[in-house]
Amino acid sequence: MFSPPASDVWPAPLRPIAALGRLIVDLILALGQFGRFFARAVAYVVIPPFKVGRLIDRIHFIGFRSLTIVILTGAFTGMVLGLQIFLVLSRFGSEAYLGPAVALSLIRELGPVLCAVFVTGLAGSALTAEIGIMKITEQIDALQVMALNPFRYLVVPAIVAGVITFPLMVSIFDVVGIMGGYLVGVELLGLSPGTYFGEMKTFVNWADLMTGYWKALSFGIIVPWVCTYKGFNCGHGAAGVARATTQAVVLSSVLILVWDYFLGSVLP
Amino acid sequence: MIRVQGLQKRFGSQEVLRGVDLDIATGEIMVVIGRSGGGKSVLKHMIGLLRPDAGAVLVDGTDITRLRGRALDRVRERYGVVFQGGALFDSMSVWDNVAFPLREKSRHSTAEIQGRVEEKLEQVGLDGMGDKNPAEISGGMRKRVAIARALVTEPEIVFFDEPTTGLDPILVNTIHHLIVDLHRKFRFTAVMVSHEIPEIFEVGDRVAMLHDGVIVEVGTPGAVRGSAKAVVQHFIRGEVEAVPADQSPRPVR
Repeated sequence: MFSPPASDVWPAPLRPIAALGRLIVDLILALGQFGRFFARAVAYVVIPPFKVGRLIDRIHFIGFRSLTIVILTGAFTGMVLGLQIFLVLSRFGSEAYLGPAVALSLIRELGPVLCAVFVTGLAGSALTAEIGIMKITEQIDALQVMALNPFRYLVVPAIVAGVITFPLMVSIFDVVGIMGGYLVGVELLGLSPGTYFGEMKTFVNWADLMTGYWKALSFGIIVPWVCTYKGFNCGHGAAGVARATTQAVVLSSVLILVWDYFLGSVLP
Repeated sequence: MIRVQGLQKRFGSQEVLRGVDLDIATGEIMVVIGRSGGGKSVLKHMIGLLRPDAGAVLVDGTDITRLRGRALDRVRERYGVVFQGGALFDSMSVWDNVAFPLREKSRHSTAEIQGRVEEKLEQVGLDGMGDKNPAEISGGMRKRVAIARALVTEPEIVFFDEPTTGLDPILVNTIHHLIVDLHRKFRFTAVMVSHEIPEIFEVGDRVAMLHDGVIVEVGTPGAVRGSAKAVVQHFIRGEVEAVPADQSPRPVR
């Protein structure tokens, strides 16, 4: 591995430049390691043997255990959207467009992003902590010396489970959110149900749904990738696991927003 | 037979191994004693968790430090390893922990697996404890589960990484007796890193002392106990005295 010369070999005026160079080299090395980790995981996705039992366990861990928080946050997101968008639209006499406004906001943007961020906080952090603890208590070493590949047990099932569960969770988030908007717009604020759903059918098209699903799918890869990577590379002791967990949540959340912007500007 | 040849390892500026040479005969219990984690480092090289900067670890003539992937796994399939903290999978019960290597790496039927797991749990004195979670059992029991898991595949070579650390003196003796009994029964080759002085002299067929990254003494427990080398005597007696210049460690095989 490339290791830049120590900063004290440079004359004093050049040391800040040397430090900056070292920072950039470290960053590139870390990115390379991060990318290689993913490439390795992808390779094991297509090379047997497959750990179906572990996959089912991870689907339960990431998907099923997150359902309560997905439904709860989806409902209140939809209700807040229903209330705020209704207040704005009523100033222009355009309340009839509440349904499509809530649905488009949720399906294209808020559903995938908020769902991914909440699942990161709940399942992603648990994934990092679990793998981190396995690392510091030598459980990962134990897998290796049993001639079992820790990647197949810990990383691949989590990423595949993310790909399967994220679109499903986003679907649930969207549906519950639209019903939350309905509750506020129709039941509390008096909009007609026909208008709420009728206009939705007119304005929401297949491309909007696909935009949301492409985002959900990519977040389903990003979150387990980041969280398992951080768990695998955590430092020593409880402090190392705590730091890795925080970094996993922060990095996942940032990547979700960056990737969301990128996809939002590329997809129709 | 395991042959460690000129093993060198450096972590940053710290030189942990400076050329370790050690031969372990088939079927013997070799105990590695010494300070500063050197023994653990040698053991990790033997099980392929660390790669040396220089040197080799030959298992029946095959240098495992050059193996990767499936080839390394084939050697590891002959191993059983008891980690310092047990390294039990805390998401599984005691029974599932012991059954895990059989389920994953063998083609045994469910009935055969059940029979072997129960037999191993009985041999380590934990019959009837299979339903417990590792978090619910004592430190001594966890070590015994780890031993049962390491032996369930009937390995040819078993590595013990400080198997009695953190246990009270009675439990230390219990675990040592258990290891000796199981070794007598199954005749595996055992490599044990331990700091339990003097109890460990009753366990090992031979003892090797690692000091400053080299093996400074190796022989029968009696020979090591009677060693004329000051570093060995200081370590055995637990003394913190400086070693005279003329008695600084010299590597032996």
